[in-house]
Amino acid sequence: MFDPVILSLKVALAAVCIDFVAGMAIARTMARKEFMGKNVLESLIILPMVLPPTVLGYGLLILLGKRGLIGGFLLEHFDFQLIFTWSAAVIASAVVSFPLMYQSAKAAFAGVDISLEQAARTLGARELKIFLTITLPLAWPGILAGLVLSFARALGEFGATLMVAGNIPGKTQTIPLAIYFAVETGDTEAARNLVLVITALSFAAVFWLNWWCRTKVQTWKKGGTEHAQCEHH
Amino acid sequence: MLSANITKKLPGISIEVSFDFDRGILVIFGPSGSGKTTILNCIAGLRQPDKGHISLDGRVFYSSADHISTPARSRRIGYVFQDYALFPHLTVKDNIMYGIPSRCKKGKDYRIGTLDVLNMLKITHLQDRYPAQLSGGEKQRTALARALMVEPDILLLDEPLSALDHGNRKALQGELRELQRIWRIPFVLVTHSRKEMHALADEIIFLDKGKKGTHVFPDMRRAGLDLANLSESSPTYAVSGFTV
Repeated sequence: MFDPVILSLKVALAAVCIDFVAGMAIARTMARKEFMGKNVLESLIILPMVLPPTVLGYGLLILLGKRGLIGGFLLEHFDFQLIFTWSAAVIASAVVSFPLMYQSAKAAFAGVDISLEQAARTLGARELKIFLTITLPLAWPGILAGLVLSFARALGEFGATLMVAGNIPGKTQTIPLAIYFAVETGDTEAARNLVLVITALSFAAVFWLNWWCRTKVQTWKKGGTEHAQCEHH
Repeated sequence: MLSANITKKLPGISIEVSFDFDRGILVIFGPSGSGKTTILNCIAGLRQPDKGHISLDGRVFYSSADHISTPARSRRIGYVFQDYALFPHLTVKDNIMYGIPSRCKKGKDYRIGTLDVLNMLKITHLQDRYPAQLSGGEKQRTALARALMVEPDILLLDEPLSALDHGNRKALQGELRELQRIWRIPFVLVTHSRKEMHALADEIIFLDKGKKGTHVFPDMRRAGLDLANLSESSPTYAVSGFTV
């Protein structure tokens, strides 16, 4: 019962870390820069959200498999097999949940008034300082929404994970896989418990996000007085 | 001395202006869309002219001939934006201290004290508030304090009084003149208001769409040039022959 829960949390957290780093870099660039082929690149980034997970799983299998471009390279040079490991589950979850992180972060970055960054430049700030002290804090509510949504999506990932990581109890069997196979084998009690756990986890993540946005962000958006009133309500 | 010779093409408009300016308040006056803010942005380093030369006290900020373009952060220019551009997630005090290098904050060896600037602009009591809690005039003073805290060599102000009511505008006009006198750095102020121009200008650049900017010097004003009769639609006409 606990193995799939802990594994799911581990996989989802690792996937979200990848999404966060890649999302920050790509979303920041896409929100501010215009270049040729931007629309094509953006469509490719969003594609995992609209494609069936099995299609993604198949694509990843080709890339990460023993004879795949990445999988073959790792096996040959580092004697490391990626497929059917929890790392493969992380990659599958990261790819499937990335569009949610990207969309939220890009909208958040685009929403930061460019004149604030320019004001910081005239005050002698370097680009890294501007990003860390102005852009990131102002975009943070949107980025956090992206983090929570992609975490919830990664937690629920099933199709692609099954194809690239398999269903190895204790190794790659995450909550959605455990639920499916518990139902298949008629273990309805285990399935019910896991359904309750994943529902509670997902609800807690989204509830916390809503609470955080309502309280913390209001502090500077509306000022302390309104913030206090908001909390009373 | 600020020395600028700027040519910049924008969609539907071409800006051409050339001036040397040493002290006091230089007002860039012109109708909306005549490129006033673009000139400020070129001086500040937020935009690049198509060609020309900009220097301040011998420091070259931009030179198309020598392929020089100093980044905005290194120009030591104070800039008060039209919408103030205060950082909404920082308090007034943190906004004002943003431009102070952290080593100076720690060592407390910065020449101007934050409190002095807060006192001078009468916003000491607002230091723990966020920008959303400030009135238009208070935001304006905070933006001024933030720009001055970095000890700039010149202060650029983009329509600084346009968002204020009549009372605040009158008060801040006086304060701007007083600040310029105390700080002893040149101010370049952009406005489309004739009243503001009269109240504040030591020298004036008239801009009109598609025409070369015209520079009016103090001696020309003293000589009795009737600025009040300058038409907004043809501002260069009344001072033709004085184009720099």
